[in-house]
Amino acid sequence: MSAILEARAITKIYRMGEVDVHALRGVDASLYESEFMVLLGASGSGKSTLLNIMGGLDVPTMGRVFYGDMELTDADEDELTEFRRQSVGFVFQFYNLIPSLTARENVALVTEIADDPLEPAEALDLVGLGERLDHFPAQLSGGEQQRVAIARAVAKRPAVLLCDEPTGALDFKTGILVLEVIARVNRELGTTTAVITHNAPIASIADRVITLADGQVHSEVHNESKAQPEELRW
Amino acid sequence: MLSAIDKKLMRDVVRLKGQVLTIALVVAAGIASYVTMRSTWSSLETSRSSYYARYRFADVFATLKRAPDSIAHRIADIPGVAVVYPRIVRDVMLPIEGMPEPATGRLISIPAGRDIPLNGLYLRSGRMPEPRQDDEVLVIESFAKAHNLHPGDRIPAVINGKWRDLLIVGIALSPEYVFPASLGDFAPDDRRLAIMWMDRDVLGPAFQMEGAFNDISLHLQPGVSGQEVLGAVDRILEPYGGLGAVTSEKQVSNFILNGELSQLEQFATVFPFIFLSVAAFLLNVVLSRLINLQRQQIAVLKALGYSNRQIGLHYLQLVSIIVVLGALCGIAVGAWLGSGMTNMYGQWFRFPAQDYRLDFSVAAVSVMVSLVAGFAGALLAVRNVVRLPPAEAMRPPAPASYRVSLLDRLGLGRVLGQAAMMIVRELRRRPLRTIFSSLGIAAAVGILVVGRFGYDSFESLINTILHEEQRADVTVAFFEPIPASAAREIVHLPGVLDSEGGRAIPVRFRSGHRYRDSTIIALADQPELRRVVNRDARQVEIPADGLAISRKLGEILGVGVGDSIDIEIREGNRGTRRFAVATLVDDAFGLQGYMRMTSLHRVMGQESAVSMVYLRVDPAWLDEIHRRLKEMPEVAGVTRMDSIVKRMRDQMGQSMLMMTIILTLFGSTIAIGVVYNNARVALSMRSRDLASLRVLGFTRREISAVLLGELAVQILAALPIGLLLGTYWAHAVMESVDPEVYRMPIVISTQTYAFAVAVTVVSGIVSALLVRRKLDHLDLIAVLKTRE
Ligand SMILES: Nc1ncnc2c1ncn2[C@@H]1O[C@H](COP(=O)(O)OP(=O)(O)O)[C@@H](O)[C@H]1O
Ligand SMILES: [Mg+2]
Repeated sequence: MSAILEARAITKIYRMGEVDVHALRGVDASLYESEFMVLLGASGSGKSTLLNIMGGLDVPTMGRVFYGDMELTDADEDELTEFRRQSVGFVFQFYNLIPSLTARENVALVTEIADDPLEPAEALDLVGLGERLDHFPAQLSGGEQQRVAIARAVAKRPAVLLCDEPTGALDFKTGILVLEVIARVNRELGTTTAVITHNAPIASIADRVITLADGQVHSEVHNESKAQPEELRW
Repeated sequence: MLSAIDKKLMRDVVRLKGQVLTIALVVAAGIASYVTMRSTWSSLETSRSSYYARYRFADVFATLKRAPDSIAHRIADIPGVAVVYPRIVRDVMLPIEGMPEPATGRLISIPAGRDIPLNGLYLRSGRMPEPRQDDEVLVIESFAKAHNLHPGDRIPAVINGKWRDLLIVGIALSPEYVFPASLGDFAPDDRRLAIMWMDRDVLGPAFQMEGAFNDISLHLQPGVSGQEVLGAVDRILEPYGGLGAVTSEKQVSNFILNGELSQLEQFATVFPFIFLSVAAFLLNVVLSRLINLQRQQIAVLKALGYSNRQIGLHYLQLVSIIVVLGALCGIAVGAWLGSGMTNMYGQWFRFPAQDYRLDFSVAAVSVMVSLVAGFAGALLAVRNVVRLPPAEAMRPPAPASYRVSLLDRLGLGRVLGQAAMMIVRELRRRPLRTIFSSLGIAAAVGILVVGRFGYDSFESLINTILHEEQRADVTVAFFEPIPASAAREIVHLPGVLDSEGGRAIPVRFRSGHRYRDSTIIALADQPELRRVVNRDARQVEIPADGLAISRKLGEILGVGVGDSIDIEIREGNRGTRRFAVATLVDDAFGLQGYMRMTSLHRVMGQESAVSMVYLRVDPAWLDEIHRRLKEMPEVAGVTRMDSIVKRMRDQMGQSMLMMTIILTLFGSTIAIGVVYNNARVALSMRSRDLASLRVLGFTRREISAVLLGELAVQILAALPIGLLLGTYWAHAVMESVDPEVYRMPIVISTQTYAFAVAVTVVSGIVSALLVRRKLDHLDLIAVLKTRE
């Protein structure tokens, strides 16, 4: 299997006044075609930092990131925009929907600029929100907002779907629902998917689990058999 | 179909409607001030130039005592002269019934039955006089209107000692009398100056001026300037009592018109410049803050694959909507006020037609300025966000690093209370934001001051004139200087309480190649009724044997105290004297010299003579005194101070008041817009902090105190800066207009300062109440759940 997204020797240092925070210390990580990867680690271990860098939303202090043949860490503004627009879908922990746009419009925001998108309604159907197309984010629950965010991320038919703690702010049942949606996208659309969590049980639904600790890769595990989200308990 | 991002734009506009509207109003006020003043000026300017061109306003004017017509041919032979038009011009007394103050009639010859070569007449109604028809006249419209005269009516006139009843055959206007006044008469009275035109073949014999002229106008060949021919004209006319030829710039009506127009042009440049730049500054600051509030949304758009250009464009559209909204209002209001102002000026600039036109370029310039300012603010803010990697921009700005300050160590917290400490910390944490907010508010305060001080200056000018300078109730002017003893008859009229003689002598002030034609006003040694005062109302003592001149005249001639100037006397024996300038007078009106009468007569080697008498009179006797004065043949005119002041109030005062009202309106709009937006943006920026405080157990009152305290500090800091700024601008405005006709004192009343402070504080309080209401309804959960 070939790596679709590959991070090499990533170091990220945040300057906080006088002190340097080493968020990542020489991390190597890859995402392979069509896999479901979970990035596990305690809070503060550097998961978000790594995913943001791999998704072209942040730049590393040292190290390189490749998307296929393209080096993201060397791409210009236009290439990065094109990468974000066509190739990667991002789901943020805090949804980050545009509050003045309805669910459908938040998705349309992406479908209007992507090359070969789903219909917004289709994408929202996929996450089970076909009924709430015209609701504004403020009129949706947290889980619904997160599903809109997923619909928005997958509507462009991205090659890679990156999700940062998609269940972090949700209750158990809603969390399961959201994970089901992500697993279905991975399964049905074949979208390469990475999901961040600090919640170890969730790792069982992945093909592969990378565990970060203190800015370094602590372990990398291939699951022999994937669990289904609805089987999860935590 | 609107795209999603365009829908976001529309919904943002609706959601921010309070701010969008107030920012648009600020823009509208800036643009309206520009459009109003600029279009008024350009309309009047256009009316004037087309009037002058169509009715052949002359290039050079000269008056003299009397010269035979052949002299006109000599002038026509001067190189560069294209047309000469010799005329007879004589002032006569018009004993109009029911008018205690006599009116002056100015009879001007025209070649009846033929074309008038220069200074053509616009016939408003009636017909031109028939050739050789006795007593047929055209009357200027201003006088006809003031007396409700129509063709067919008659006016009595004393012509060469004989009573004649003149028949009005037509009502006319002339480019020569757009502003019918004589120089020095700063508030002309339509009722008392009748310009009349009469066939030359009738007028000549009436004054024994057959084959002669006493006034000549020239039209020059293209490219020839008036200055080039003045010398030659003067040399030819000198033996015939020439009073010095002048170019059209110095022609009385045009000179006054020029003064008014150039003052208006300056105002139309300086005021809108201040207003537009303040509006632009605020647009810049407010928009960049508004956009900063969308920092996270920008980062999300970027993360979703929107390019920097698309994002920039999105916010430029927001700015464009606001600016275009403001611009449309501004242009509409500006055009409306501009046509009103143009009409108002039309009451005392007599053009045949008053055309208001709004230049497209005027509107375009103001819209461009606002757009550029708005775009700059927006792009700067957008750039600051998109420059960051989206992941970083999406995070809330790093938590503030508060430092323990001296204040904390002094334990001031306990003294001032927790809210006060938070205010102090916040102001210290973002000093730049505080400074910009305060500067914005200060600019608004300054605009309120500069918009309103014009009226203060005007009122102060009136007061100075009335109480310090012209303290006579009545001024009597004579046709010719008369011996002081001959004036005694007037001094002893019943009801005259006090009197003083004065003398005005037409002269040419010259220093090197620079000169100005004007008068020397000679006054009593210890003047009481007519004194010399500076604009700031301080009396100027004229030294014995010394010459004082207007400061402005000194500037024009390039002379100061101690320098010598030549004075060519244009009356009586004429001749040139050389004087050292003893004092400069910062006077408000005209350009003139001042001397003591005793020293003037000594220098001129003359018997004591007066050309004016200033009187203080018992009001009960005023009408009787007028009646008696009218019967004296040597009296050319009688002016009452109270009617002058009344007319000044009607004319200058009205335009000044109108301007003040308009500018105050715009200034208040800007002030309110700034204060309100400042408060709203502060609320949005800090609602999270404040919600957190609420959750921690602070009461509504306490969190309101924190936010409103910050606003109060900004406003308090802005007030003194704003008052200073306004004072500075007021000086800048007045220094930019320094006309020769009149110069206003720079006076800013306490009321104006108080008004500026009050408007700002009231808009602060109203904004605070609105913000307070929003704070009270602050949805804690909604605010806090949006982020970690
Ligand atoms: N913008 C930032 N500035 C400074 N330190 C940061 C910033 N973002 C993250 N960090 C620090 O980097 C480390 C890793 O953060 P993060 O990647 O968000 O961890 P995780 O997502 O695993 O909880 C943490 O110690 C965090 O405090
Ligand atoms: Mg994280």
